[in-house]
Amino acid sequence: MSAKWEVVIGLETHAQLSTASKIFSGAPTAFGAEPNTQACGVDIALPGVLPVLNTGAVERAIRFGLAVGAKINSPSIFARKNYFYPDLPKGYQISQYEKPIVEGGTLTIQVGESEKTVRLTRAHLEEDAGKSLHEDFSGRSGIDLNRAGTPLLEIVSEPDMRSAEEAVAYARTLHTLVRWIDVCDGNMQEGSFRCDANVSVRLLGSKEFGTRREIKNLNSFRFLQQAIDYEVQWQISEIEDGRKIQQATVLFDPDSGETRMMRTKEDAHDYRYFPDPDLLPLEVSAERLAAVRAAMPELPEARRSRYMKEYLLSSYDASLITQSREWSEYFELAFQVLNADDKMVAAKHVVNWMSGELAAYLNRQEIDITRSVVSAPALGMLLKRNADGTLNNKMTKEVFAAMCAGEQGGDPDAIIAARGLKQISDSGEIEKIVDQVLAANAQQVADFRAGREKAFNSLVGQAMKATKGKANPQQVNEILRRKLSG
Amino acid sequence: MSNATVKELSELLARKACSSVELSHDFINKINELNNSLGCYITVDAERTLAQAKAADARRAAGDAGALTGVPLAHKDIFCTKGWLTTCGSKMLGNFVAPYDAHVVERCAAEGMVTLGKTNMDEFAMGSSNETSHFGPVRNPWDPQRVPGGSSGGSAAAVAARLAPAATGTDTGGSIRQPAALTGICGLKPTYGLVSRYGMIAFASSLDQAGPMARTAEDLGLLLNVMAGHDARDSTSLQRPAEDYNRDLAKPLKGLRIGLPKEFFGAGMSADVQKATDAAIAECKKLGAVPVEVSLPNMGLSVPVYYVLAPAEASSNLSRFDGVRYGHRAAEYGDLLDMYKRSRAEGFGAEVKRRILIGTYVLSHGYYDAYYIRAQKLRRLIARDFVEAFKTCDVILGPTSPTTAFKFGEKSADPVQMYLSDIYTIAVNLAGLPGMSIPCGFGDGGLPVGLQIIGNYFDEARMLNVAHQYQLATDWHRKAPGGVQS
Amino acid sequence: MALNLDDVRRAAHLARIAIDDAEAEATLAQLTRVFGMIEEMQAVDVSGIKPMSHAQDLALRLREDKVTEPNQRELFQSVAPETDAGLYLVPKVIE
Repeated sequence: MSAKWEVVIGLETHAQLSTASKIFSGAPTAFGAEPNTQACGVDIALPGVLPVLNTGAVERAIRFGLAVGAKINSPSIFARKNYFYPDLPKGYQISQYEKPIVEGGTLTIQVGESEKTVRLTRAHLEEDAGKSLHEDFSGRSGIDLNRAGTPLLEIVSEPDMRSAEEAVAYARTLHTLVRWIDVCDGNMQEGSFRCDANVSVRLLGSKEFGTRREIKNLNSFRFLQQAIDYEVQWQISEIEDGRKIQQATVLFDPDSGETRMMRTKEDAHDYRYFPDPDLLPLEVSAERLAAVRAAMPELPEARRSRYMKEYLLSSYDASLITQSREWSEYFELAFQVLNADDKMVAAKHVVNWMSGELAAYLNRQEIDITRSVVSAPALGMLLKRNADGTLNNKMTKEVFAAMCAGEQGGDPDAIIAARGLKQISDSGEIEKIVDQVLAANAQQVADFRAGREKAFNSLVGQAMKATKGKANPQQVNEILRRKLSG
Repeated sequence: MSNATVKELSELLARKACSSVELSHDFINKINELNNSLGCYITVDAERTLAQAKAADARRAAGDAGALTGVPLAHKDIFCTKGWLTTCGSKMLGNFVAPYDAHVVERCAAEGMVTLGKTNMDEFAMGSSNETSHFGPVRNPWDPQRVPGGSSGGSAAAVAARLAPAATGTDTGGSIRQPAALTGICGLKPTYGLVSRYGMIAFASSLDQAGPMARTAEDLGLLLNVMAGHDARDSTSLQRPAEDYNRDLAKPLKGLRIGLPKEFFGAGMSADVQKATDAAIAECKKLGAVPVEVSLPNMGLSVPVYYVLAPAEASSNLSRFDGVRYGHRAAEYGDLLDMYKRSRAEGFGAEVKRRILIGTYVLSHGYYDAYYIRAQKLRRLIARDFVEAFKTCDVILGPTSPTTAFKFGEKSADPVQMYLSDIYTIAVNLAGLPGMSIPCGFGDGGLPVGLQIIGNYFDEARMLNVAHQYQLATDWHRKAPGGVQS
Repeated sequence: MALNLDDVRRAAHLARIAIDDAEAEATLAQLTRVFGMIEEMQAVDVSGIKPMSHAQDLALRLREDKVTEPNQRELFQSVAPETDAGLYLVPKVIE
């Protein structure tokens, strides 16, 4: 990209709210059921049926609003967005238009080493549509309405992002947050979290925004990055070739890596929004707001800063263990069990293990931390045994491997006992062994005394070997040095 | 027996003077005899009816009967009735067998009432003459050359012709009251929210309300006791303690302040209607009521306001009829767009299409504020007028319809002429107030005239009291059309 | 605001109702009458008045987040014009 262009990106994110039932009906929201088996009369819009709002969806929207410091509107208004599409059974989507439940708010993102605040415009409740399946039904499309009526929170950002990297960082931070506060399961393959990106370019220093094109339905961070990168290049080359950008909606094709036009503004719909007469204004009482606030967990950003302040963790380390609520909870639990006097050392100890051995294990197994065979308390206990000198580092790794294999039900103490791995820290016993080593290795002793430091290492090795690695290496060092200088 | 009121039938059944099966047989025979010429019913199903009657008799025998167990009634074909054809008077739903029961149908069934059939109606309740039904005209039992009114024309004519002791109706702008007036029976539109709209095919959701149609005020109260009640499946259904709407029937009218809006008694009302209405007011005065002049200054705008709001809501409500999941699909079509357009062009009649187009237009970009928002503001002014009026009176009296029953084709060429048939009833729906019509005499050609009684919110018991006292003093409600007396 | 034929056609398209030229002409005449009446609304000053969307000034009642609806696909699809393998079939949807 030539340096004179500035990219402007705003994101609209659809987060599927993790309710048991749909936003306006009592049908289940579970993913993957047989077609149309989770579409009740309301979802398929039988004549005469009516919507009734799910309190679970409202509560999640409020939780999100509070988490981003937004205003919770009371009342907020449900409106009908009218258009015809086979996956939209009523011929309108119930959404919030003029008065969304969540207004304003911000999200702080990390881009490289720097921090940036992205402003949110709004977040509103709406229902999802069904799915058109394009497999061949003798040249026809099949409509599955299981997804119709699934609750969505559409989160709209201001056009505050200036690169694909920032857009991805925003999407990731948002993804972490919605999972953290338990409003969305974040499953991108299943479409529970998907982004539309509004992209435009303008000459650096220009006050006015360029004409934007909206890239629809990006369901992975990689596609988000690729789609924006492609779109930016395309827009710049269009302008540089003397063409004007037309406002349009485009689709990203992951196979070609390109975006392609879906419709221009000219054939944009006239949605004829109006307040839904079936749904009265949604009010959020002060008590309800207070209750949701009281039940709010510590948020990732707050926790991250706290870790950096209290445990002096680096920004990188703190981000690593606040990448999700699960990672953070794992850390907290392991840290509690480790229960060391020096909190900073202990925290760093846990972080190192989580980012090292544990992450490697999870990667190898291709599993999520919630599925780890090594539980957080077990890891904490293992590290405690390392800190109290029961295990040296080598042994600790051995026990960890055994824990990963599920040995002894993953209990580190049981593994230590079964494998007889207890470190020898009894100085009397170590002295005895050192004496034997010195006696048996007269040549090395002579070499050392002649000033060859290397011989010392060899003697330590002999002592460790004699204890099958169980001796506390630090003690072996000290005793050996004392005896040799004696 | 078919001349008996609901109240009388319930007493006969309680005394075991007749069975529900006998009663139902009588009505079915009468329907078979007269329905061809009158067109009141779209669907009758003697087998189902008699099965319900049998079950009702069994309930009585088991001592498990409610007040109306075994009493037959007809349901307007706008109510979904499981297993019955439910057409809403439209070709669009010409083959639609409802897979569930409307709340009103459920309540009547729970009481043990017996369904005689589904009554004819203006297509999707859009009409004031029953001429827009896909299933042919309903003839006014008082004069077969004239309309029964609409949209609940089938229900009204069935009750007037003694083809049912009572029927359900719906009223969006006068669709219970106007046909009741034109056929010489009683009809009550309750306060908005008193009767659940669940399962009642929506026309204009913020105005639609179901209510009973019968031959006496007392019958209306008995039926309303069954129909009204909270339903969690309708977000606009009110949560109120159960009440006996007939509790005040016996109260004398002494001192009752009857409001006479000056706007009701100006030009526009035909002389015969004026005469009957004046006589009814005089009768009330004789009973001790005190007339009070009130004013509804914005009432003149209720028709234009209604013809913005109701079509706007209808255009959206009727979008679900797209030939995908149920209802009419064109036999021949090209692509998806063509399928939509043809199915809807074929499935809907002229008046329905006209209103969909009006509604689509007033909601579309650039016109929304000038039409829709303005109409909503005027709606508030109209509602406020009533609030003011009820500060000085207890009920409002006036005509139900500006004329008696008109001839087929008389108004169908000019939609505006037809729309003005509801000039006295529409404001009540806009305000959400309860309104009723009772017979108050005959006009030219021996055609019935209806007196409209409008009450304050939730004042149904008082309205029924007024109507009942009037009916104790008069016998208009006992008159039957020639040729149908039993 | 005088209505024209394009307005009628556009509304018919938005509403997905096929309309031929003759119908459009006839509809225009009728809608012009209706809008003539509707224009009466413009005479009244409505400044400062809050629009009224509902017949009641009440807040929305909410539902508990519970699954209450069983699978009724067979029943629901018994009235469908065209289905296959549990899906509603329509002419090819092009995105």
